[in-house]
Amino acid sequence: MTKKMHDTPMLDELEKGPWPSFISGIKRLRDQHDDERINGLANDLLGQLEHSYETRKGYWKGGTVSVYGYGGGIIPRFSEVAKQFPESKEFHTLRVQPPAGNFYTTDMLRQLADSWEKWGSGLVTFHGQTGNIMFIGATTENTQHFFDEINDYGWDLGGAGPCVRTAMSCVGSARCEQSCANEHKIHRSLVNNFTDDVHRPALPYKFKFKVSGCPNDCVNSIERADFAVIGTWRDEIKVDQAEVKSFIENKGRQYVIDNVITRCPTNCMSLRDDDSLEIDDRNCVKCMHCLNVMVKALSPGDDHGVTVLLGGKRTLKIGDLMGTVIVPFMKLDTEEDYERLVELAEETIDFWAENGLEHERCGEMIERIGLVNFLEGIGVEVDPNMVLHPRESSYVRMDGWDEEAEKWFQRKVEEKAAAAG
Amino acid sequence: MARKEMRTPIESGCPDGFQYMHPVMIKNFGQWKYHEHPKPGVLRHVAHSGDEIWTVKAGTQRILDVFSLRKLCEIGDKYADGHVRFTIRSNIEYMIKDEAKVQPLIDALEEAGFVVGGTANSVAMISHTQGWLHCDIPGTDASGVVKAMMDELIEDFKNCRMPNRVHITTSCCQINCGGQGDIAINVQHTKPPKINHDLVANVCERPSVVARCPVAAIRPAQVNGKPTLEVDEKKCICCGACYPPCPPMQINDPEHTKLAVWVGGNHSNARSKPSFQKLVAAGIPNNPPRWPEATAVVKQILKSYEQDAKDWERVNDWIDRIGWPRFFELTGLPFTKYHIDNWRGSRKSLNASTYIRL
Ligand code: HEM
Ligand code: SF4
Ligand code: SF4
Ligand code: SF4
Ligand code: SF4
Repeated sequence: MTKKMHDTPMLDELEKGPWPSFISGIKRLRDQHDDERINGLANDLLGQLEHSYETRKGYWKGGTVSVYGYGGGIIPRFSEVAKQFPESKEFHTLRVQPPAGNFYTTDMLRQLADSWEKWGSGLVTFHGQTGNIMFIGATTENTQHFFDEINDYGWDLGGAGPCVRTAMSCVGSARCEQSCANEHKIHRSLVNNFTDDVHRPALPYKFKFKVSGCPNDCVNSIERADFAVIGTWRDEIKVDQAEVKSFIENKGRQYVIDNVITRCPTNCMSLRDDDSLEIDDRNCVKCMHCLNVMVKALSPGDDHGVTVLLGGKRTLKIGDLMGTVIVPFMKLDTEEDYERLVELAEETIDFWAENGLEHERCGEMIERIGLVNFLEGIGVEVDPNMVLHPRESSYVRMDGWDEEAEKWFQRKVEEKAAAAG
Repeated sequence: MARKEMRTPIESGCPDGFQYMHPVMIKNFGQWKYHEHPKPGVLRHVAHSGDEIWTVKAGTQRILDVFSLRKLCEIGDKYADGHVRFTIRSNIEYMIKDEAKVQPLIDALEEAGFVVGGTANSVAMISHTQGWLHCDIPGTDASGVVKAMMDELIEDFKNCRMPNRVHITTSCCQINCGGQGDIAINVQHTKPPKINHDLVANVCERPSVVARCPVAAIRPAQVNGKPTLEVDEKKCICCGACYPPCPPMQINDPEHTKLAVWVGGNHSNARSKPSFQKLVAAGIPNNPPRWPEATAVVKQILKSYEQDAKDWERVNDWIDRIGWPRFFELTGLPFTKYHIDNWRGSRKSLNASTYIRL
């Protein structure tokens, strides 16, 4: 390379030590790539990053960049120090939706790498915290070319801005014995119903779907998704008593008492004198702990379904919120079941689009208007599973009590009839 | 640019993962019986059909250059079956049918500088955000903090010595992308934003900036006859929420932007309900290129947890059992007035009982 390389004494410190170094990676692009465009870009990127390290400040600003036909999916980045570092002055990130469960073949990864080094910086992350493949660093013009190319072989942009965002799901049924759901189908049924809302930001703020196959919730859906779908079961935990015995032989009885029986949050387990395990399934809250410890002996029941929680999010604006149970249990067997789930998402997004303030997440709106108003808005009946306990405050007007009580009894009658029929 | 016909996008959305999935996983989808953990970084899943699939997990630099990505692919072709996935903490997982391939794959990954581990009771890869490398609002770097920390925690990634898994997260601003973690290292600003009044009028939509403040500390003002904003510094909680919609509200400061450490965030329902992380340490200097002070605090917490927690206790379970006074005693961290919450709902965090470990 003919141009001068920036000195990077601080970044060089990050080439030391045993963990793989991203700085060494960027330097490989600077020194070894056969495209001069990438060499120059990597050089100036390192220069700007070194400048950040020295001054402890960031030097990217946002802007507006999108591809033809879409309003979102690109995170625009323009350098504020482009004079010193001109070749990385446009450094946009493309958010691309990964397949549910984040599966790839090496052939496909190579094809993406080929397209990316043709048009972009050669830096990519699988995946950002929002769940997207992040192709980091393209000019405004090349953003379009890169998208056109990969869109032709099956890849689409994710969300950015006030819109439905890229969804996430755990590995689930593909490789996990705890899974009680088809995460892949749930993930794609939901997010692909809203492609228009992904690509054309027009909602109050972001809206995220996340799907976990069981209450271990490996994708953090309760804490990080506006719409969390979590697999569960409602029949009995399957106990293989022979495996229980062999577990006890291996680990000792005390281990089982200390690490399984006494750790059950509802005390619904007991170890019998003959070393067999007893579970009061009626009081099991499906926390997963005993199943995680005794993987061979215990498995989820067979009557699978999902729990839906709404309104999780991080700090901005009113503080962190977890999702709230909206659907304690629903079956997801038939196409109609999936349609019901998608309808719930549509009702939720419609109501929030109508009633949410600008930059207000769904959970914040629920907090502002109260859960009951929200439930009435989306046409969902109250259920004691939605609360930890009934209200503690008497400051409430209750002159509709008789009608509400009648509704409850009516529903119970209908449920009974449905179960019988 | 010559204006040629623009191409209409194909709105295909989220692609079908089955086309990339290992055939054994397709065949046994939803039919897995149990798994074993033969050694760190390796999982063996067994299906009801009797089929099995081996997984080898490896940590990478996450910000991958195409050379590293191609290397990972080459290893996947030569030593595995060409089917991979990425975990939500950005580790790569190779799925293979044949046990005989496991050790050669591990050797090839380690030979190439990747780190095999991150399963079960390890310190998992730190999940991180964008930072100075490519975000427009960061107070610190993300990839650099994580690289420096993983250098020090690598033995706990490669081994499974912890009482349970440990998820560490980082966040390079105070309000956004970082998740909940057993240990979280997040930016914490300590001074109100400095306002560049000359720029506010041109770049900021003032009402939406005013609306963004969680404590209503911002109001419209006039400076030198030009419309701008001002901050009530007595009210301001230095969160930085006004900065993204209004970059002239400079919140990032080389000196006063610090790091804070939080513990006990746990997303799982196992044993106890999901929990949010709690503040334990602050005032930690934002000290590139290797942030040694932050790493020291993290290591101190990990050491106490490793020594004192029981099997299966995550950090939050451990503290629930031993209580906060003991946590501060064991870790040697100071307890200050800043640990007592005063945000909405904070009364629920006060002790209204005689439950005191004396
Ligand atoms: C200035 C504008 C912003 C930009 C450009 C931006 C960009 C991003 C990016 C690129 C990620 C993925 C990060 C990674 O893993 O490397 C992300 C994640 C995230 N951002 Fe932002 N962000 C912005 C503002 C915000 C704001 C204002 C909030 C919150 C109110 C927010 C909340 C989040 C959250 C919670 C995640 C993690 C999401 C998840 O767990 O799925 N971001 N953001
Ligand atoms: S959430 Fe449950 S089903 Fe999904 S990967 Fe985790 S343990 Fe398995
Ligand atoms: S899953 Fe949890 S609640 Fe249910 S029996 Fe096991 S430990 Fe108890
Ligand atoms: S945490 Fe904040 S600063 Fe860091 S990448 Fe996310 S939005 Fe940017
Ligand atoms: S830093 Fe936070 S509290 Fe202070 S003025 Fe800005 S938004 Fe308001």
